[in-house]
Parts: sequence; structure tokens; C-alpha cells
Amino acid sequence: MFALINFSYLAAAICFILGIKGMTKPSTAVRGNQLAAVGMLIAVIAALLHKEIINYATIIAGMLLGAAIGVWLAKRTAMTQMPELVASLNGVGGAASVTVATSTWLHALATDNLGTTGWTVAILVSIVIGAVTLSGSLVAVLKLHGSIGDSGRNRAWQLIALLALIAVVGGSAQFATGTGAQPLALAALVGLCLILGVGLVQPIGGADMPVVVALLNAYSGLAGAATGFVLDNQGLIITGSLVGASGLILTAVMCKAMNRSLPNVLFGGAFGQSGSGAKAQDEGDFYAGKVKYATADELALLLDSARKVVMVPGYGLAVAQAQHAVKELASQLESRGASVSYAIHPVAGRMPGHMNVLLAEAEIPYDQLKDMDAINPELPQADVVIVLGANDVVNPAAAEEPSSPIYGMPILNVHKAKTVVVVKRSLSPGFAGIPNSLFIKDNSLMLKGDAKDVLQATTRAIKDL
Amino acid sequence: MEMFVLSFTIFILALFVGVELINKVPPTLHTPLMSGTNAISGVVIVGAIISAGSTDLSPSVAGALGFVAVTLASINIVAGFLVTDRMLNMFKRKG
Repeated sequence: MFALINFSYLAAAICFILGIKGMTKPSTAVRGNQLAAVGMLIAVIAALLHKEIINYATIIAGMLLGAAIGVWLAKRTAMTQMPELVASLNGVGGAASVTVATSTWLHALATDNLGTTGWTVAILVSIVIGAVTLSGSLVAVLKLHGSIGDSGRNRAWQLIALLALIAVVGGSAQFATGTGAQPLALAALVGLCLILGVGLVQPIGGADMPVVVALLNAYSGLAGAATGFVLDNQGLIITGSLVGASGLILTAVMCKAMNRSLPNVLFGGAFGQSGSGAKAQDEGDFYAGKVKYATADELALLLDSARKVVMVPGYGLAVAQAQHAVKELASQLESRGASVSYAIHPVAGRMPGHMNVLLAEAEIPYDQLKDMDAINPELPQADVVIVLGANDVVNPAAAEEPSSPIYGMPILNVHKAKTVVVVKRSLSPGFAGIPNSLFIKDNSLMLKGDAKDVLQATTRAIKDL
Repeated sequence: MEMFVLSFTIFILALFVGVELINKVPPTLHTPLMSGTNAISGVVIVGAIISAGSTDLSPSVAGALGFVAVTLASINIVAGFLVTDRMLNMFKRKG
């Protein structure tokens, strides 16, 4: 029976690996996800066969309750809220690891069956990472949701995090040597780890939350792997490290897209913290008389003769709920024989790949969604590029002005297109807090207004031509 | 100790597999990848089931925590797989 159970965990891990492999192509991804779910079913059945299990009532009650909450969450979450959902699920995963480790340890204590030092260390690791993931994710969710802003007391929070870290390390060392191994000490340790998680995430700016969410995703996986060490369960270890690797890669992708190192994101504070009063003055001078404005009718005329049109959606587009309006305009252009594609910067949404999901929801075919490396070589051939609610990611200063704070950040080279039309409510700066030299380029036109209204007006104007 | 070395070896090898695999996932699917891995990390339910089931019905802190753990892990699994499916179906249809 022991061998059967362990082979089942191996089978589950293989399903997860093949499931993720399915996710490498949109056409096989649905099957991949289903395969992973089958793997989970195998793992659950195997777990139920363990000979230690004498009480099924608690398990079934927990599963039913959790499944009900899960279905509710999955059904009610809007695609724009996906970052909050994923961040919440990271936190829930962390909490699950903490509770499993704590429960296992308490059970071992009660039956006088505590394991080796290595076992205790594994317990501590899953508790520390799990609890930090839990409270860190909670702060990330609140920041994504806008419930808490960025506090001015970053240094204070970093000090709290440092003190909590020292206390956690000291407490864990005490605990591992066995001298302080009391249930109360464990509870105190969990509390300290929760404070540590808040202290680590609170000083990070809301704009950097995509990186934090990806990193916490990795943590939730690593916490799971640690739980695998606690239970001597290799299936869990494999799965935990898969999730850990996924989170770490996505973290690296996001950091690279923002041209910042991970330590800079985590401890450096956002780069736009200097006084904004003087800056506003500079901006007036920066743009004065150099920005050319256009109307929706003019844009329609421009598009009428365009063969190759590229849309650059930013988060502003999602805020304006304009995805369907883009799709409508695109269909109209395609019916007139133009090719339409979408250039998506890695940080366009609020989490990795978020913009793609939002556009897919509006039934835009995924083969028209191009990532930065694929679209940049094509942009010089584009007749018209329409920038919708994106700002910093199309700022040529990142490529041309070494003095700019965003110099070196990979951008979409929309300024190389024949004509760029920027649809924006105002000239206000993006997250980086700097003016955008794209707006004053000779080939750029500004169309002030709400993305949805502008797009609908343009579509109407084209139909009337 | 041998068990730990063995487990650690598996852990490191699986990290390499993970890196190789995830690097092939296109940016278009990064959000479903994250929610999908959320679901997969719910596999700690294995530990949760053992904790919840190995104590008898007499109330204990360990048993209560086991119940909480099963609930939390189930949330992750169910919400993760369902929401990933919802998203991936949007990518499947061609416009």
C-alpha cells in the first residue's frame, strides 16, 4: 500500500508537469489545465488511503466548505480583478502550509513523536515562508484594490521588517535546538512572521505589485515544497518546486521589463518620490506648444488609408472598459482590408500577462496579440500606431536619453512608426512621474479623451466615410 | 538524513525541470499560468488530509488546524483550476 500511495504521488506530479507543458500553447492549454486537475484528484485519493487516517468527517467537511468558497471566488471574479484573486490565492496557499506544518508539529508533540532537527527545520521553513506569504499577500491585495495607499513611512516599515526578521531567526534557532519548543513559542513565531510579511510588502509602491505578486507566487510554492520535506513526500516537493520556479521566472520577467533589479524593487522604493510641484512646472515647459492635437474624425481619415495598424493597450484601456470598443474598431478596419495587431508590453496590465487576458475576454484572437520582442521589428512598417492608456512603456526617453530615470527600460518603439496617435485623458505623467517625449515627436498626434469614447467616435466616423 | 539528501536532490532537479518548462510558456499565458500554479500548489491538501484525519473526533487544536488546512487548500485547488479554465477558454476561441 505504501508503494502504491507513493507511486500515485509520482503520477500526480507527472500530470502537473505535463499540464504545465500544455500551457506552452494556447491551443493545448485547456487540456493541460484539465490534466493538472486530474493529477490533483489522484493526489487527493492517494492521501485518503493513508493508514493513519481514521476520521473522514473533518476532511469531507473541509473539502466541501473549501470547494464552495472556491467555486464562488472563481465565478464572481472579473478579469480586471485577476491580480487580486491570484494574490489572495497565494496568501491562502501560504496559510495552508502554515496550518499543515503547525498541525503536524502539534500532533507529533501530543503523541511524543517529534522528529529530527532536520524535520523541525522543515517545519519552521514552511511556517516562516507560509506566514510571510499570507500577510504579504494580504497587503498586496489591499494595495492592488486601492484600499491602502503607499505610506510615507517606508524607513519605519523597513525597520519593523528588520527587527521582525532578527526575532524570527533568533526564535527559530531556539526552537530548532529544542530548548524553546513549546506550542506558545510556535504561536509567537507565527505572529512574528506575519509582522515580517507586512513589513516587507508595505514599503513597496503599488505600481510594483505585479513583481510582488509573482514573487509571493514563488513563495507559496516553496512553502509547499517545505511541507513536502516535513511529510517526506517527494510528490509535494516536486510540485512545490515547479510552482516556485514558475513564480521566480515571472518575477525575473517583470523586473527585466521594468529595467530594475529585484532588490531595487523590494527595498529601493519607487523612483517617483521626489516633490511633484516643481516637476509640474517643468512639464508645462516640456510640452508647451509642441504637442499636436487631433480629433476622432481626423484619426478616422488616417486609418482609412492605413494598411497596417498596431494598437498599444495600457492599463488605462482596461480602466475605461474599452476592450470591446477596440475590438469593434479593429473589426471595422479589418473589413476594409487593413491588418490589425496588438503590441503588449510585459508590464501593460497589473500582473504578468494580464492585458492578454483582458483582450482575450473581448474576443480578440490571441494570434493578433504580439509581445514586445515580436512587434518591435514590425513597428517601423506600421502606418498608424494607436496608444491607448499606455505611457511609460512607450517613452522614447528610455532608449534615447541616458539622463532619464527610465533609461534602459525596454520599450515598445512606437515612435518609429509612420504616425503615432496617443489617446489619453491628459498630459499627466505615468508611474515613473516623468514627461513623455513621444508626445512632442513630429510623427505623433494627441487625441485627448476617454479611450472608450474616442474609439467609439472613430468607429462611427469610419463607417460614415 | 539519507531521506533528506534524497528529498533535497529531488527538490533541486524539479526546480531545473520547472525552469525549463516555464520558460517555454508564452507571455500571453502568464496570467493563467499563475492561477494554474496557484491551483497546483494546493497539493499541500495531501498534508492537510493527513493532519485532519489522523486525529480522532475528540476536539484538539491539531485537528482543528487540520480542518482549516483542508478548507484553505480546497479553496486554492477549486478556485485555481476553475478560474484558469475560464481564462483559457477565452484564448481557445478564435475571433
